[in-house]
Amino acid sequence: MEDFSLFDIIGPRMTGPSSSHTAGAVRIGYVAGRIIGSDIDEVRFTLYGSFAETGKGHGTDKALVAGILGFQPDDVRISDALKLAREKGICVDFAYSDEPAEHPNTVRIDAVSPTGKRTEVLGRSIGGGNILITEINNMEVELTGEYPTIIVQHDDVLGVIADVSRVLAQLDVNIAYMRVFRHGKGRDAFMCIETDTPVTADMLEIIRRLCSDVKTLFTV
Amino acid sequence: MDWNFSSGAQLLQLCRENDVRISQVMLEREIARGELTKEQIMQEMQKNLDVMRESVDKGLNEKMRSISQLTGGEAMRLFRYADFEPFSGTNTCRAAAAAMAVVEVNAAMGRIVAAPTAGASGILPAVLLESALDRGWSDEQIIDGLFCAGAIGLLFAENATISGAAGGCQAETGVAAAMAAAAIVEISGGSPEQSLDAAAIAIKNVEGLVCDPVAGLVECPCIKRNAMGAANALLCADMTLCGITSLIPFDEVVAAMYAVGCDMRPEYRETSKGGLAATPTGKAILKHIRRASGVRNDDD
Repeated sequence: MEDFSLFDIIGPRMTGPSSSHTAGAVRIGYVAGRIIGSDIDEVRFTLYGSFAETGKGHGTDKALVAGILGFQPDDVRISDALKLAREKGICVDFAYSDEPAEHPNTVRIDAVSPTGKRTEVLGRSIGGGNILITEINNMEVELTGEYPTIIVQHDDVLGVIADVSRVLAQLDVNIAYMRVFRHGKGRDAFMCIETDTPVTADMLEIIRRLCSDVKTLFTV
Repeated sequence: MDWNFSSGAQLLQLCRENDVRISQVMLEREIARGELTKEQIMQEMQKNLDVMRESVDKGLNEKMRSISQLTGGEAMRLFRYADFEPFSGTNTCRAAAAAMAVVEVNAAMGRIVAAPTAGASGILPAVLLESALDRGWSDEQIIDGLFCAGAIGLLFAENATISGAAGGCQAETGVAAAMAAAAIVEISGGSPEQSLDAAAIAIKNVEGLVCDPVAGLVECPCIKRNAMGAANALLCADMTLCGITSLIPFDEVVAAMYAVGCDMRPEYRETSKGGLAATPTGKAILKHIRRASGVRNDDD
């Protein structure tokens, strides 16, 4: 039996109308924004399934943009998100696809930074405002955004996972969940590490210094 | 001391053995979970109450229009009419209007508190806040009511469901009405047994209610069903407070409601493939919404 909190019953405070199509969409946008990690020049959202069919009526478009802007699901500015993005000089574009998707509430986010760096994120809203990020730059991942998360891109070499987890332990950061993904043996690989406490920028710098096989790492 | 409970019977036993009300058991249970301190729990609930009040006020004072442009503005209309000798009585009419107000705000991308869901978010704040205005209840009393309501919602979440996709509208506006009825019974000095009876009767009144939102939107019939949910809660509280009991005990009503929800065909569980959503008008609205989103319809 699931252990419900009082605030699962009376709560969350959220901007309507739908926990899956609005609150969940804000969370996908928010996590995608953290993955993109820089200013954005252009962003294109491709909506699939029920997101495409009834997304407009649920404000899914505004919710996704609000998330990219760093808003939380209870922010009252969500309904103004398209205007706020324009004011920030972000070019936003939407496509509504009738192609089948693995999950009914799916969105693909393609963002381009001012330096021309492209980031592609695939996410789904799985109910009750909960989400799953399933792809980052064509790499399959599983990311819920419920815990502070570090994403580490590294070479697929022996010992790198042990190195990173050892440094985290030394920094007194407990790992709640951890998954590793790779393009193929010996090639590009990712670690998604969900932690009980947030990982600071200083801590990231320490990991970077002590783990030489790590290519990039950032927090979500 | 173990404050956890997983049935109405256990909840009543905890109330009896410790000589406390349902709201106190719920508060102790939440403290015992260890995620938040008592102070944080009280602050969090006050924040919820503030947003509830804000959403009622907004929906009753500003002309709402849903983002789909399908609905809005009816809460205000009913609220004004409540002063002109309505058949349902001024207080019931005002509570129904307040319930609609919150769901209209929700449909217009305003901020609400899911209670237990966004689609049923109007009933609990409307019943509590309108009754509080009428009877001069303090925020402390309303917050006690919210804790009591939380306990009732928890019993449904653990032993049945509070999701329209799993159990139909009875699991959303039905459970919200049960929560609200139990809460105002407790605030009015009713016993824990009476709170559970009020909750049981509220669910019995809408047992089997399907979830069939037109075009998949949280608007039709959700907004008006919140009005009905508020009226349901008020009447069930009155029935219980005058001494009427539920012949079938609360826990058995929860089990029956869940069994009925599980028996519902998927068409009637939030898929928008049956009921009102499948009427000619419902289908025409869906087509219109899809076109507005740029999605092709099969016959376009």
